[in-house]
Amino acid sequence: MKESSLPADNLNRTVDLAEARSRHNLGARRFAVACLVLGLGLVASVVLATGIGRMDVGWGAIAAVVLSKLGFHTGALDRTTEVVIWGIRLSRVVLSGLVGASLATAGVIFQGLLLNPLADPFTLGVSTGAAFGVALLVMLGVGGSFLGLSPLPLGALAGALGAMAAVMLLSRESGRIRKETLILAGIVVSTFLAALISLIKSLDEESLSAIVFWIMGSFSGRGWIHVGFLLPYLAAGLALGAVYHRELDILALGEEQSHHLGVAVAAVRLKLLLGASLLTAGAVSVSGVIGFVGLVVPHLVRVLAGPSHGRLLALSAAAGALILIWADVLARTLLASGQELPVGVVSALLGGPFFFYLLKSRRSRGMW
Amino acid sequence: MVIRVEALDLGYEGRLVLTGLNFQVDRGEFLGILGPNGSGKSTLLHALSGLLPPKKGRIIVKSEPLGGLPSRLRAQILAVVPQSTDVRFPFSCLEIVLMGRYPHRRRLGTLTDADLVWALKSMRRTTTAHLKERPIIEVSGGEGQRVVIARALAQDPEILLLDEATSSLDVRKKLEIFELLKFMSETRGLTVLCAMHDLNLAALYCRRLMFIKHGRVVVDGPTDQVFTPAILREVYETPMEVVRHPGHQRPYAVMLPLSPGTREDEAAMEALEAAQS
Repeated sequence: MKESSLPADNLNRTVDLAEARSRHNLGARRFAVACLVLGLGLVASVVLATGIGRMDVGWGAIAAVVLSKLGFHTGALDRTTEVVIWGIRLSRVVLSGLVGASLATAGVIFQGLLLNPLADPFTLGVSTGAAFGVALLVMLGVGGSFLGLSPLPLGALAGALGAMAAVMLLSRESGRIRKETLILAGIVVSTFLAALISLIKSLDEESLSAIVFWIMGSFSGRGWIHVGFLLPYLAAGLALGAVYHRELDILALGEEQSHHLGVAVAAVRLKLLLGASLLTAGAVSVSGVIGFVGLVVPHLVRVLAGPSHGRLLALSAAAGALILIWADVLARTLLASGQELPVGVVSALLGGPFFFYLLKSRRSRGMW
Repeated sequence: MVIRVEALDLGYEGRLVLTGLNFQVDRGEFLGILGPNGSGKSTLLHALSGLLPPKKGRIIVKSEPLGGLPSRLRAQILAVVPQSTDVRFPFSCLEIVLMGRYPHRRRLGTLTDADLVWALKSMRRTTTAHLKERPIIEVSGGEGQRVVIARALAQDPEILLLDEATSSLDVRKKLEIFELLKFMSETRGLTVLCAMHDLNLAALYCRRLMFIKHGRVVVDGPTDQVFTPAILREVYETPMEVVRHPGHQRPYAVMLPLSPGTREDEAAMEALEAAQS
């Protein structure tokens, strides 16, 4: 059954088309503006966050260091200032931004895929699974790197996928994944694995702070090498999200309708779960378990950008980066003693009440 | 011939629902699938849509086994309007209808004018054009169902499967949808298969009827020949007469009250109550 697609003689229809097209373009323009605003906000945040810390560095020094690293000749720089700005602060700010982007996009994918507003890498136990994978490798003494890739993210990926599978199995009831039990299963798996991580660490006789690092998450002492660890995972996860965002939209209608519309449901779901697990594994392997970013950011962005996953993924990545950069600034400046808080503590303090709000709100029960 | 069903057995875990199905559907046919509750109408549509793999036998769609068709190709040929659709994300109705273009769109391609035209045309046909910008979660059940029908039409399918798709619509909207389906089947060669409960709506629009009962096809033939009191009584175990409207000559089923014997249990229950007190 084929019809001529554009009846040029029908004025009404062409008016309709022009109107729909202009609305579509308007949406695209607003999206572009949102991207621009968030992008500028990100650049500003990176600079500002780099300037904040115990040692005062001027904006001029930051600009000079960045320019010199980009290959511009800027004259002599104080060695200490350069190390603080480039080696300590900027790398950490960039890393926290990338981790925020990873966790937020993983949250978007998990929420869309599982049709669950409370799903995110942390509540599903995937983050703790990844942390367990890393802890196991560290205990076994596997480290170093080959071909520029650290084995730690691979351990994290294995742990993330394992935890994901366990949660799916636990919440499955007669062939269907129950929405209500999904998060419960995530918490069970997460609690159990957190206990195992503690066990591993005490067997390994490491300091308590290291345990806290994996369970609460922190960027303390992280640098460019970790940015390198994370980037391939972030890129792969984002690419999977970008390629399959339309399928995510359709999957939000449920399994049957997705099938009717021509989505190869099982295969696409597997790829997207892999994408979200890659994002989580990359993030956790460099920063430990940081909760609530993946939960809160997609909801905030959805209010502004609507339900379409293409836009949701892009804007959530940027917003997640923004939020975690500032959460980490709080983590390292909040205590007057100059001691650092784990950034996971800050994100949980900010995100916990939001989680509660979601549980209570009509939105999460009625609409979706 | 667009659909051929050969020696088909259908069922779920350890339970056969339909057995020994053999039939063909030609291009442009308008087939109503009728039968009492639980007779297997929905199961048959599930299988024809590719959701439920056959226990035995084959479903051939356009000379290809249904199970062997890649998902996107299958969705270009076959569209489905399910019984009810529950959308929880606030997509606009136009976005929902545009999802019908998914099997035709390239993976990373942008939205083309042809896609938009198809979506708008389908919305006009189902009188939902005014809902374009409304979020699907805010429209009424009947409007939502028509949006889903528009989405199925936007798939530009050759076969349309409807499972009780108009049950939630009022009389006028029901007739509008069936007029549209009739138009599409007569002028565009769309093959329509709909499972339904409304006998008279079926008699009015379907040119062929298939009655299913107890997991078997009781009778399958042109509406004029099979829409008879004897067959209706047998299938529904209900006293019925078929009259003809003097104007348009379509058969019309009239239900009669059940015979008094069917409620004889009531006396026994009253006796039981009396004994208790």
